[in-house]
Amino acid sequence: MPQMNMVQAIHSAMDVMLERDRSVVVLGEDVGYFGGVFRATEGLQRKYGEHRVLDTPIAEGGIIAAAIGMAVNGLRPVTEIQFVDYIYPAYDQIVSELARLRYRSAGDFTAPVTIRTPCGGGIRGGQTHSQSPEAIFAHVCGLKVVMPSNPYDAKGLLIAAIEDNDPVIFLEPKRLYNGPFDGQPDQPAVPWTAHAKGEVPEGYYRLPIGECAIARAGSELTIVTYGTMVHVAAGAAQAVGIDAEIIDVRTISPLDTATIIASVKKTGRCVVVHEATRFGGFGGEIAATIQEECFWHLEAPIVRVGGWDTPYPHAFEWEYFPGQTRVANALKRVMGEAA
Amino acid sequence: MSRPSRLHIPHPSARPGEAPDFSYLRLSAAGTVARPDPSARLEAMTPSAMELSTELVRVLDDEHRAVGPWNPHLEPAELQVGLRHMLLTRLFDERMQKTQRQGRISFYVKCTGEEAVSVAAAMALEPHDMLFPGYRNQGLQMVRGQPLVALMNQLLSNTGDMCKGRQLPVMYHGSDARLFSISGNLATQFPQAVGWAMAAAIKGEDHIAASWIGEGSSAEADFHHALLFASTYRAPCVLNVVNNQWAISTFQGFAAGESPSFAARGPGYGLPGLRVDGNDFLAVYAATRWAAERARKGHGATLIELVTYRVAAHSTSDDPARYRPRDEAEQWPLGCPLERLRQHLCALGEWDDARHAALTVELEQQVNAAWKTACTFGTMTEGPKLDPALMFEDVYETLPPHLARQREMLQAELAGSSAAVVSGDFKQNTGTGA
Repeated sequence: MPQMNMVQAIHSAMDVMLERDRSVVVLGEDVGYFGGVFRATEGLQRKYGEHRVLDTPIAEGGIIAAAIGMAVNGLRPVTEIQFVDYIYPAYDQIVSELARLRYRSAGDFTAPVTIRTPCGGGIRGGQTHSQSPEAIFAHVCGLKVVMPSNPYDAKGLLIAAIEDNDPVIFLEPKRLYNGPFDGQPDQPAVPWTAHAKGEVPEGYYRLPIGECAIARAGSELTIVTYGTMVHVAAGAAQAVGIDAEIIDVRTISPLDTATIIASVKKTGRCVVVHEATRFGGFGGEIAATIQEECFWHLEAPIVRVGGWDTPYPHAFEWEYFPGQTRVANALKRVMGEAA
Repeated sequence: MSRPSRLHIPHPSARPGEAPDFSYLRLSAAGTVARPDPSARLEAMTPSAMELSTELVRVLDDEHRAVGPWNPHLEPAELQVGLRHMLLTRLFDERMQKTQRQGRISFYVKCTGEEAVSVAAAMALEPHDMLFPGYRNQGLQMVRGQPLVALMNQLLSNTGDMCKGRQLPVMYHGSDARLFSISGNLATQFPQAVGWAMAAAIKGEDHIAASWIGEGSSAEADFHHALLFASTYRAPCVLNVVNNQWAISTFQGFAAGESPSFAARGPGYGLPGLRVDGNDFLAVYAATRWAAERARKGHGATLIELVTYRVAAHSTSDDPARYRPRDEAEQWPLGCPLERLRQHLCALGEWDDARHAALTVELEQQVNAAWKTACTFGTMTEGPKLDPALMFEDVYETLPPHLARQREMLQAELAGSSAAVVSGDFKQNTGTGA
């Protein structure tokens, strides 16, 4: 099976869908002639033409609005917002229009738009190229929010997103584009070729939106996480030497609570980890759900680990990033609580 | 002597208690603005793009004759259809306003005085063209043949409501009639219409899109996105700004920065801008035809400013006497669109008072009959009610587990059942596992 990094897998998903479905179009800033700043659309305009892979003006609100209109007229637009940090000018079109068009028109109009956008830090992007705003989209009913943690999932979930008849925010942790980064920037980079999930079929396949994956089965403690933090958490659990069950949420909304609840009822302990700021973060929703549904099964408080509640600072990137030390401290604390 | 810089605070020409003053309006005499070739490049237009966007395209003159190069030469039968649609729109508005005052519907928005901007434009477009209306374009719904009962059911949020009770009154939609779903958020439909038009061009179809916003909402970024994308890709669409002088209490000078023209925003984006007498049925029709022809021939979008006056309040929740002179509407220099078309038809010998009275009675009866029928689907106070469980549908294409669960909880709540409503790992559940 071919080896792909995450950019190649995402590229492959769009290539497959442009080939299979005439209604699929790709649009965004620099995605056409140039092939995208992260190269996710490289060569697609040459292959499918300027009418199907479109460079756009730098106007995120315009990109999403145009995509909505295109979708209403029978196309399946795949938009790229160059960095999720730039998505806010489109927030009204996403929240008030895209997310609720099916609802407000009682299904008379729908807008199957996919919004691909790189997220997360660890690339020295400072506070305008590092954010993880999944919670502010998860809070909006009518949107689906997906964040893959590896090339295999990225391709299968992106194809599913493009085929989905509801709008999907597809968040791509950009620190994972080239390898399964485990939170140790001083260590040599590990490529996806060394990882099982770097094996990606060439052709069409899809993975279900709305299902968590169990990234690692374990018995002592459940780590609920997604994106880059799947790999950081795995590294931390290994370092601490505990048999953690790691749940890769993959779809943030709608959330597969059943898998999470079953795991926590089994282990009795849970740490929720995300890169985003903690206060009002999606970890709060996960923790609250576990508290409600697993209360008498818990041996210790549910602990959340996240980025500090500050903007993402350029000079203190690794002090900000919830790396293995911060995760390991949480794991030890939760394990140390007497039953 | 120099002074420190000071803000310029725009003020309308008159506030309550002052004499209405429309001297700020630049008016051209009917028939005086030349009509360029719709295929002409922007730079090569005669008159110039700047003149087109600052003069006022008018066809009907003070003697009720159709004059000049923009005269669309419509048959009297078509004019009569236009009059019928405008009169129906007005009678519908009046009746629905009354039902709101009686507490039968929660909210309403009239378009009194602005009927032509919707009716004439919709008649000038083809049935397969897609319309992206604002909330004061009920004339589009009339021309596209939306049944009055369907519109009233929407206003009533009753069991026949096309929106299943989810939208404020007047936020209609109709995919079969090619009328996009109306949003309560301003101007969002403008760039969406451009996207729709882009898709038509990508698919190689000759359908065009048209959209309407108020002059106040042209301040939104969506307006600028629409013009930019329309210009960049030469998207086949017609972008209408209905300048009815008032955005609730804010006069049009705020959105325009006191520039005398909204149409003049067009040339800055590389788009022709037509400034048009919005109360002149023939001028609106002719301008829309010109823009539609230009779009269909691949020359891209046109911005049309329709100069009109919001005779009605902003909505049933608004009292304009608090911010503009009570008699301002009477002083509006461009008259009433219905009256002007009626007078034109009379001048042609194709209409008279008796026919007008008969049409009024016929349409009033139509509206009354529709209202009776709509009420059988339920009103706010009586008759059948929508099932509240409908609120969970159409959030997504298929019902996700958490919404299925919440629907059950609501049903238990409505049934007065306290058992099993609250989900959780309560003590009696201990040991039962997942």
